[in-house]
Amino acid sequence: MSGFLTGRAGRLTLRRLAVVVAVCGGVAAVCAAVAPLVGIVVDRTGWHLGVMGSEAFDAGSTERAILWVRIPRVLASLVVGAALAGAGCALQALLRNPLAEPFTLGISSGASLAAVIAIRFGIDAAFGVAGVGGAALLGAAGTLLVVWRLARIGKHLPPATLVLAGITMSMFCSSATVLIQYTSDLTEVTHMMQWMLGSTETVRLAMVGYAAAPIAAALIVLLAYARELNALAAGPEVAASLGVAVGRTQTVVFATASLLVGAAIAVVGPIGFIGLIVPHALRAVLGADHRLLLPASMLGGAATLTVFDTLARTVVPLHHLPTGAVTAVLGVPLFVTILLGQKRRAALWGRG
Amino acid sequence: MVYLRLHDVAVALGGRDVVRDVSAEVEPGQLIVVVGPNGAGKTTLLRAIAGLVAPRIGVIRVAGHDPLHAPRRVIARELAYLPQHYELAFPFAVEEVVLLGRYASQHGLGLAGADDLAAAAAAMAACDVAQLATRRFDELSGGEARRVILAQALCQGARCLLLDEPTAGLDPAHARSIFVMLRAQCAAGATAIAVTHDLDLARRHGDAMWLVDSGRIAARGAPAEVLAAAEARAAFDVAIHVGRLPSGERFAVPA
Repeated sequence: MSGFLTGRAGRLTLRRLAVVVAVCGGVAAVCAAVAPLVGIVVDRTGWHLGVMGSEAFDAGSTERAILWVRIPRVLASLVVGAALAGAGCALQALLRNPLAEPFTLGISSGASLAAVIAIRFGIDAAFGVAGVGGAALLGAAGTLLVVWRLARIGKHLPPATLVLAGITMSMFCSSATVLIQYTSDLTEVTHMMQWMLGSTETVRLAMVGYAAAPIAAALIVLLAYARELNALAAGPEVAASLGVAVGRTQTVVFATASLLVGAAIAVVGPIGFIGLIVPHALRAVLGADHRLLLPASMLGGAATLTVFDTLARTVVPLHHLPTGAVTAVLGVPLFVTILLGQKRRAALWGRG
Repeated sequence: MVYLRLHDVAVALGGRDVVRDVSAEVEPGQLIVVVGPNGAGKTTLLRAIAGLVAPRIGVIRVAGHDPLHAPRRVIARELAYLPQHYELAFPFAVEEVVLLGRYASQHGLGLAGADDLAAAAAAMAACDVAQLATRRFDELSGGEARRVILAQALCQGARCLLLDEPTAGLDPAHARSIFVMLRAQCAAGATAIAVTHDLDLARRHGDAMWLVDSGRIAARGAPAEVLAAAEARAAFDVAIHVGRLPSGERFAVPA
């Protein structure tokens, strides 16, 4: 009927909310604590996967130095994962569309286009990595404004026109990106490709620091709209008669989610699938009450991206894969598994 | 005292007036039944009263508020709206669907408190869906789903119910019980405007009937008289026969 795979759950109670948030938070905390300790160790016998022990906390040790290299990556994964999964979850509810995520709405394409332009015209050389990140954020904000303007009808932001406007902008930005790459030299193109695959490798602690506070604030805004998103499940007219300020909800949630995505892309480049698989997987288990699903998605996204990022730097020894490539390669099978599991359960109940 | 006032209202959709020249006053406690052929403008009239579509001209006041411009939370305390078509993006459990009705009266996290649960239980009992409380909405039959969303509207606790075909798809016993329930709500001080094609139930339970034809209220008054009037025959393109059963009870059927 709706295309959403939704788990069975009863009415939300404080106890259920506390348990779920504690479990998701605990998982994210464990991932965050373990991830920087895990890595490939090279010694005389060759290489192997190693986990650092207490030596990592000794002043002046090599392990401690390595730890300090890995920590910004892990922090970036936590922040970006929470932002992407939270934004994806909110956009799916807002648009009542299971496929909604930053990539469907053109936000990431717009950010990528801006970043590619920045690289092409040497802004990265002038301002460093932060220059490309800043350009990407501006690109995301610009795309957001265009999509919003194209999709808006009166005070309302109808899902159908929003998706159409998003896909149109996405196609335009992708084509423009290709054109710019075509006119760039090889060094620039390599740089662009690296950026567009999405990677935490070049992240500096300072960038995570800049992004963390606005991302946290935006996540809180989304959480504040959880009840409105629940009511919108019944459609904008019913939601309005239930008392929801539908136009304001649509504008605030869309803008907040887009800026979250822009900030995430500014830090690590476009990383796909986290905004899609994390909310879908959790919805299939926890049900669709957004007071529960939104915080769970944020914490789950933080944990998932941290795990995927750790895999990205350990799965092929001595060679760091782009995080975005790993989320795509692992995300699709994971998604198919959820889908098949749900279909099997649906078949048992005799319903499609 | 007048609860709802419509003055010279016209509503245009796609450049065409689908509702026009509608003026009416509704007093609290009244059950107004709205009948008319398909495409007459009944739904649009109801949506205009609910503040979901802007009238082209005219004035609509609900307890003194303009439903189009007053804050939705304020209007939600006055009006609960049951649409003809209802699609839920996420299959919540029945109890959760009904509790969505409490949106306007909850704050913060909106976890259901004792009064919310009591309101939901009363609404579910009134619509005979209490036994479905833990079922998933997408696993209900059409008629059950209809009664659940009616329970959601009731649970809202608004002073006026705007119902677009509340009995569509319901079996005769449930259709009748819905009108009996509406009667009881109105006796307790609520106001209700129900669009329906169930002419006999409308005649039996309505305080007043509006016959809508081509966007206008073509006839209004006591239901039996409106149905027997020439306007009803012209509107429906079939005569409505109002007769008496051997028991003396009256009935209305298309002839």
